[in-house]
Amino acid sequence: MAKIIVVTSGKGGVGKTTSSAAISTGLAQRGHKTVVIDFDVGLRNLDLIMGCERRVVYDFVNVINGEATLNQALIKDKRNENLYILPASQTRDKDALTEEGVQNVLNELSREFEFIICDSPAGIERGAQMALYFADAAIVTTNPEVSSVRDSDRILGILQSKSRRAESGEAPVEEHLLLTRYNPERVEAGEMLSVADVEDILAVPLLGVIPESQAVLKASNQGVPVILDAESDAGQAYADAVSRLLGEEREHRFLEVQKKKGFLSRLLGGK
Amino acid sequence: MNDACFQLKGSAVTAIVLELYRPDSEGFRQQLSAKVEQAPALFEQSPVVISLEKLEGECQPDQLTALIRSCEDVGLKPMALKLTDEQQALASAVSLPRVPLSGSSRSSEASAPQLAAVAEPEVVVERVVEKVVERVVEEKLVQRPSKIISRPVRSGQQVYAEGADLIILAPVSEGAEVLADGSVHVYGPLRGRALAGVKGDTSARIFCQSLEAELVSIAGNFKLSDALHGERWKATAHVSLQDDQLNITPL
Ligand SMILES: Nc1ncnc2c1ncn2[C@@H]1O[C@H](COP(=O)(O)OP(=O)(O)O)[C@@H](O)[C@H]1O
Ligand SMILES: [Mg+2]
Repeated sequence: MAKIIVVTSGKGGVGKTTSSAAISTGLAQRGHKTVVIDFDVGLRNLDLIMGCERRVVYDFVNVINGEATLNQALIKDKRNENLYILPASQTRDKDALTEEGVQNVLNELSREFEFIICDSPAGIERGAQMALYFADAAIVTTNPEVSSVRDSDRILGILQSKSRRAESGEAPVEEHLLLTRYNPERVEAGEMLSVADVEDILAVPLLGVIPESQAVLKASNQGVPVILDAESDAGQAYADAVSRLLGEEREHRFLEVQKKKGFLSRLLGGK
Repeated sequence: MNDACFQLKGSAVTAIVLELYRPDSEGFRQQLSAKVEQAPALFEQSPVVISLEKLEGECQPDQLTALIRSCEDVGLKPMALKLTDEQQALASAVSLPRVPLSGSSRSSEASAPQLAAVAEPEVVVERVVEKVVERVVEEKLVQRPSKIISRPVRSGQQVYAEGADLIILAPVSEGAEVLADGSVHVYGPLRGRALAGVKGDTSARIFCQSLEAELVSIAGNFKLSDALHGERWKATAHVSLQDDQLNITPL
């Protein structure tokens, strides 16, 4: 049986897709057979971040509608044989995702994969609810600002009341907090909430803190999940988060303001 | 001085009268347990008179023995039988005394006044028993067990303890609402709305470890967060109602 993990947030633009790509790639790197599903029907961009947009033939909705088999729609990652991508449709709307259809696809994937990562659309409407409904665990992606934290709180409430696990009275959905686009300078200047502030409000175990990083933009422009940029701070922070997800202990990094770089290292173009 | 060891007195003892319609042992056992479950305290160790007056058909001694055992199993104490003349052999068969019938046979008895004293209250007793059962059942509804929540109450969620206290062992987020007919206890930070005594109980209270609420209300008397800022903000608080005023003191 696969573990179904939803990457969710409530708010848009916080880094769900970036995180889904990085974490699924990280799990595959560590030898776990993983599939990442784009639930953002109508706004697909996971395939862009994963660099496989030109190989999309069939999508998630085609499979649900019986227009293609799962094997036809799954895209094998070109870098890692343990990783597959199930892209979203660009032409349909989110009503195309029926509960029964999603369940059938997840059941079929469960037989073959160890991890199923669901990249949720923003909001708390149907698309987002479908992405989280069958989850065993949730990675609640949050930016250190009040509105994002509030939306995450709302999503946590939905996870614990409207998910399959909540409705069937099974063990509750496992919760993880992923703080993304963290900028220690702005936290220090009082313009952003600190890690402690967010943890205090949400009361969810911290899976990782991903710093605001140029490496993310560069990686997504190249269609390479940022975790593969092992030199970058964001890449390393995602690798740590994957380790923690697998139950390993890792100290949190990149929480403090980095010391100003010396003239020489700036000249030599350090990261 | 009085050195007598005892005195004999006439008295009417209150007892539950169990009127048997059919001696169906299994059905009897089930229905009796169901009845007793409604108000276990009332039936515990209660003396009971089994009346076969309204019995349809016949009852064999071993059937009656089984019924008596069922009564004992649920805590009742069968103490006598009410039998018609045709049924009187049953009394000796199960070794229980026979008490007079309440209806026609009473008037036919010679020692009328004394027996009437026994029989009369008994009719009353039956009604009283019905009432007491009702009351006990009602009291059970009023005193529901507290509702205990151990996970955070999130923005957009609402938790209501109907007819009971609400105890929350986790944070109550901004945008969440916790309500109780009784008191509200919050052991995490209280950041949302807390309403106690929502059906008008003015003695209900709110207790919290850290008062950061958007609103606190008791029996409809409320204060908003602006008004709370001066009083024990982010500190322990005990909110009670005095003369239609919310009173906030340290815990
Ligand atoms: N750690 C980060 N540092 C800098 N930019 C980031 C970071 N995480 C995400 N972004 C940027 O934020 C934007 C939204 O990210 P995305 O993953 O698409 O969010 P979502 O899927 O939640 O809408 C993208 O432009 C992405 O490059
Ligand atoms: Mg996205």
